[in-house]
Amino acid sequence: MKGRVLIVDDDSPLAEMLGIVLASEGFDTSHVEDGSKALDAFRDMRPDLVLLDLMLPGMSGIDVCKAIRAESGVPIVMLTAKTDTVDVVLGLESGADDYVVKPFKPKELVARVRARVRRRDEGTDETITIADLVIDVPGHTVTRDGQPISLTPLEFDLLLALARKPRQVFTREVLLEQVWGYRHAADTRLVNVHVQRLRSKIEHDPENPGVVMTVRGVGYKAGG
Amino acid sequence: MNKVRAALRTIGRLLAPPVRVWRRSLQVRVAAITALTSAIVVVAVGIVLLDQIGSKLMEGKQRAALAEADNGLRIAYEQMGTVSSDSPDAVKQALGSVATNLAGKASNAGVFWVTIVPDSSRYGPAQHTGDIDPSTIPKALRTAVDTTGRAYQYAPITGLPSGQSSALVVGERALTAVGNFDVFYVFSLQNERQTLSVVQRTVSVAGLVLVLLVAAIAAVVTRLVVGPVRHGARIAERLAAGHLDERMRVHGTDDLARLATSFNRMAGSMAQQITELEELSVLQRRFTSDVSHELRTPVTTVRMAADVLYAERGRLPKGLARTAELLQAELDRFEGLLADLLEISRHDAGAVELLPEATDMSLVVRDSVDAVATLAASVGSEIRTRMPGTPVIAEIDPRRIARILRNLLSNAIEHGNGGPIDIVLAGDDRTVTITVRDRGAGFRPGDADRVFDRFWRADPARRRRTGGASSGLGLAISLEDARLHSGGLDAWGGRPGMGAQFRLTLPARAGIPPGDPLLPLIPADVGRPGLQSARAAPAAPRAPAEDGSAARAREVESR
Repeated sequence: MKGRVLIVDDDSPLAEMLGIVLASEGFDTSHVEDGSKALDAFRDMRPDLVLLDLMLPGMSGIDVCKAIRAESGVPIVMLTAKTDTVDVVLGLESGADDYVVKPFKPKELVARVRARVRRRDEGTDETITIADLVIDVPGHTVTRDGQPISLTPLEFDLLLALARKPRQVFTREVLLEQVWGYRHAADTRLVNVHVQRLRSKIEHDPENPGVVMTVRGVGYKAGG
Repeated sequence: MNKVRAALRTIGRLLAPPVRVWRRSLQVRVAAITALTSAIVVVAVGIVLLDQIGSKLMEGKQRAALAEADNGLRIAYEQMGTVSSDSPDAVKQALGSVATNLAGKASNAGVFWVTIVPDSSRYGPAQHTGDIDPSTIPKALRTAVDTTGRAYQYAPITGLPSGQSSALVVGERALTAVGNFDVFYVFSLQNERQTLSVVQRTVSVAGLVLVLLVAAIAAVVTRLVVGPVRHGARIAERLAAGHLDERMRVHGTDDLARLATSFNRMAGSMAQQITELEELSVLQRRFTSDVSHELRTPVTTVRMAADVLYAERGRLPKGLARTAELLQAELDRFEGLLADLLEISRHDAGAVELLPEATDMSLVVRDSVDAVATLAASVGSEIRTRMPGTPVIAEIDPRRIARILRNLLSNAIEHGNGGPIDIVLAGDDRTVTITVRDRGAGFRPGDADRVFDRFWRADPARRRRTGGASSGLGLAISLEDARLHSGGLDAWGGRPGMGAQFRLTLPARAGIPPGDPLLPLIPADVGRPGLQSARAAPAAPRAPAEDGSAARAREVESR
């Protein structure tokens, strides 16, 4: 058993196929068709990952995403038939970690799911300090002046990747590889949106960041 | 010569604004032409009128003058009859008194002076009233009086009141017992002149007023016509600018109202047709988009099912295993087509959004080359990259540009016959240019501008080397993406065996159109023999002449 995946999709053949593919990879899956029932199913199942279709009856995928995110940092991967900027960015901003565009290949999906379910357990009793933040690596916690800051696992991974090599500039592509597990070029908007989300949690002034800095034309770096 | 030319130029410059007004305004033209023609008529009428009045006036004057002279002659005879010829002094005196008497008479021929010229010097010099100088009485008149006894002439006379130089002179011969005397009446023309000048002024002023009035009437009348025409022109322009609800005002039922009504009817039917076409176009685009969109979910399921079968093909009987392989391969093609269809329908719908970010172009180039490395290796093509030493930063949408480059590269691989492929990057602070060159067959002359057409194939029968990858929409999408960046994409390939080259030109700053392309469209190693008709690239002085078959798909858009 590699983990539990909750599939929220109104297209039952697709959901069933997803179940078959994920089951063959060793995941335990459960399926909900209606958006309004998704949150209850989530609470019952406590999955390790949610596969969420953006177009749902009952309650839109965006709203489901927000509702789940409000009570959990569980990885959410959106299934979308749209690559239109607004929809993807809206989905990412409402809390999704990653997305796959239909039609996708099973391998692609499994790679995305694996990348998000896998826990980064390397690095033992490590504590990293960046700016005025203290990152407890094994404990997956970030504190400022002893006050814990709640980050999703993805945001934690993103901050950790940057903080491990302070002042080194990471291109979006490198971050996509290290944090999201993409081997090939992917959508750099993933990085942009999640850096914004991360900043809104850890920066004193997200407009004028002091921890995660933008390097124009290249990417991001941690610390001044 | 130069001075003349300069002067002509100056005149031309000075004349330019009125000439422009003349050409542009029907109203000015009509008013001016009317004023001019009426002025000519008024001047002609005035001349005839003044001539008539003048001659009638003079006729009257002559008649009165002759009557006066005849009358005066009678008086002169009476007076002179009492004088004896023996005493010249008495005669002289009598002559003086006759002259004064005659001149003192009130006359309806106006003011006049009299001078009496005796034919014998016995009686002394000529007698005269006023300051008239008798010697200035013309010889011709004297001769005429001498022969006919009575004559008149208009002549310049010395001694007239100031301001007058000529007068009507009437001469008569008085034959008396004491001798012959020529009596000359010098009639002042002052009154006639004054009358004539008053008439002249009146006619001139009246004429001028008439001309201005006519011009003004013409202007007003033209305005009545031109006003609605101008209004119509304005409305037509508004319509052309896309304000389909604009209509002309209709007053009454005259010709202009009919024009306005017809115009409005035309605008109405045009607007209706445009709206219908727009709706149709929107529907069609939405249909394409919806179809592509709706296909995605089932295709995903089919795709996954096929993948599961494909993964297990080793355990399937031979025929079924091959089926799974074919299913897999064709699904790739189908998906590529679907993705391209969806993308082009988004471009058509204007639903694409440019997300420019400052990007190192060499990274984009390198990533794109990496992405097609496997494909290139499979046909044995080497991809050679040439980039400047300094980074080229441009504000572009990296996903779209990477897609264009991948597309150009995979095209080059597909049609490059396994030859080397060159990708060259150049950039300055305004423009980024990337060329992709293959060593394949190129296109047929004239095909360079068709390669961007949707579903266009250079050779319909040609075998597709790389199978599923290209949908026939790739270059069309690339062109749309380049235009979205306010950039351009053009192609060259009209020389057999020299391959093809595509050139992508992008602005370095988002929203600021790029300058001239930094790289020539025709590769440097392609000679330019005279038999190829070369033409200069219109917007690219730095580029060498383009081949006859080079397409200029550049069109910088300003949406």
